[in-house]
Amino acid sequence: MAAIEARGITKRFDGGGGAAVDGIDLASTDGEFLVLLGPSGCGKTTLLRMIGGLEPPTAGDILIGGRVVTDLPPRARHIAMVFQSYALYPHMTVFNNIAFPLQAAKLPKETQKQKVGWASGILGIDHLLDRKPRQLSGGQRQRVALARALVREPNVFLLDEPLSNLDAQRRASARDELQQFQRRVGTTTLYVTHDQVEAMGMGDRIAVMDQGRIRQVGTPLEIYDDPADTFVATFLGSPPMNLIPDGASGLLFGFRPEHFVPASDATGDDAVRFPFHVHRTEYLGAERLLYGAVGETRTIARFPANADLPIHVGATSEFAVRRRDLKRFDRETGLRRDQIRGIG
Amino acid sequence: MAAPVYRASLPDANELARERRRARLRRFGGRSVLYSAASFFTLFAALPFAWMLLTVFKQNADLYDPNHNPFLYNSPPTLDNVRLLFEQTQYATFIRNTVFVSVFVVVITLVATVPAAYSLTRLAGRWGESLGIAIFLVYLIPPTLLFIPLSRVVAELGVRNSWWAMVVVYPSFTIPFCTWLLMGFFKSIPWDIEEQAMIDGYSRLGAIWRTVLPVSIPGLLTVVVFSLALTLHEFVYALAFVTSSAEKTISIGVTTELIRGDVYFWQSLMAAAAIVAIPVAILYNLFLDRFIAGFTLGAVKG
Repeated sequence: MAAIEARGITKRFDGGGGAAVDGIDLASTDGEFLVLLGPSGCGKTTLLRMIGGLEPPTAGDILIGGRVVTDLPPRARHIAMVFQSYALYPHMTVFNNIAFPLQAAKLPKETQKQKVGWASGILGIDHLLDRKPRQLSGGQRQRVALARALVREPNVFLLDEPLSNLDAQRRASARDELQQFQRRVGTTTLYVTHDQVEAMGMGDRIAVMDQGRIRQVGTPLEIYDDPADTFVATFLGSPPMNLIPDGASGLLFGFRPEHFVPASDATGDDAVRFPFHVHRTEYLGAERLLYGAVGETRTIARFPANADLPIHVGATSEFAVRRRDLKRFDRETGLRRDQIRGIG
Repeated sequence: MAAPVYRASLPDANELARERRRARLRRFGGRSVLYSAASFFTLFAALPFAWMLLTVFKQNADLYDPNHNPFLYNSPPTLDNVRLLFEQTQYATFIRNTVFVSVFVVVITLVATVPAAYSLTRLAGRWGESLGIAIFLVYLIPPTLLFIPLSRVVAELGVRNSWWAMVVVYPSFTIPFCTWLLMGFFKSIPWDIEEQAMIDGYSRLGAIWRTVLPVSIPGLLTVVVFSLALTLHEFVYALAFVTSSAEKTISIGVTTELIRGDVYFWQSLMAAAAIVAIPVAILYNLFLDRFIAGFTLGAVKG
């Protein structure tokens, strides 16, 4: 078990362009499930590969368990990685796939057998050991990859979008299994994804990345409730946070669609009011979305489907947001201007 | 307002039967075109071989009579021509020399192309592809031009008039071709599996040995067979660098020994060709599927 730390990690690829990873400082705690979340091309996979030793950083240091491993090859870092493609060895049986890291460590045959049995038992694939990877379903392949990662009892798990090759239904249950698995083995895990549902649902903490930089690190609750800038505010949440320019202060007002309610429902005088012109409503089963505008700015409001709304399409009504649900952002830099609670 | 009613007009039984007949006819037409094309090309490819095999066992009187059908035995078949090949020429020596040259060339080719193709696809970055094509271009320079400078090399190495000359020279065309061939294979192998092997505890070389090479066995076999075929049918260098019969390979041995002035020992020539061609044909057929996979792998990303 060991914590991971990145100190001023930078990666520039030859052939110009800016930095793929631009001076990142990030530290996990021991046994933590830390998620790197960001849009594709934000540098999250590059960061993961540098931590794994597959990509040399241009500058900065990687520490695993307090030891600088920047110049060590992947095999010396004692980590396990699960690739998006699972990277099973196609010419080997499942047993040999799982035993591969143990063979590399030159463990005795008997120990190898015992450990493969243990790892495949945890993941429920003991009946597949004689098969070749091509004879397995997507879910089974994922378990084989996890068993191979687990079997050598690594310091750290690095997971690169391991659920993206599963269909939507299987993904929900795999998310649950993966989190339980991590809790049980208690190994520090760095998990890369572009899927905010995975990040919110599984992470102890989330590091939101964009354009090679970390925009915010925090628990799912902190990230969602207290975004540090407009990127985080609009990247998380579906639909995203509304951002409305305020003429008087020159700031952007941000609020979540579910906090935008008819003025009559907002209690007391701590509510900020906006005239909301509704263009369209959308019924999504569990919830109902109102699409419209405040002034010139597109705005969305979200309600439970069973809410009784006195709203008519095409009409303008008075809506409000409680003051504590209102976030203020700088219009130029996008950074938060009011106090952020509990930033980690 | 009543809901509109959509009713497809159902075709009657006769119309259905007609439709089915027409479909069957179309299918039959398509099939017959396919089969006749296939038969044509089969004949086109197989006929020379059949002719060659028939000629091997013909007597001179039968072969040289223009009134005789070349595909029939008008006089009884004979083994005299094969006997002549083995008893009055050094055919056995030619075969032995050919085997030696082939084995050395194949080994040298493999030893050179695997690291070359690997580094061009994995390590050379965006220049790899262009470098690979540049190396392939070397293959296109005709031996009729290259044998002059290469004769210097052969002389300097002291392997003139010896089959070792061919061992030295042949890799100059097998390596460019096979490097290019193998690059296509390596490109089709996902990087993930060797990176995974490196994470799992091996060095890069260990990862290549345990993951890349086992997965690219079809590609390696293709390299073996192609360098073998290129070696077997090479003529110009062999002719230029070797003069003594004891050092000749099949391709020049039989043509220089069995064409004496304007006298062609046709049946023995055909026998010499058939004896080499048949094992190669069997080898090709055994791995046919893998070769096709080898050629298309590089083109289509899995």
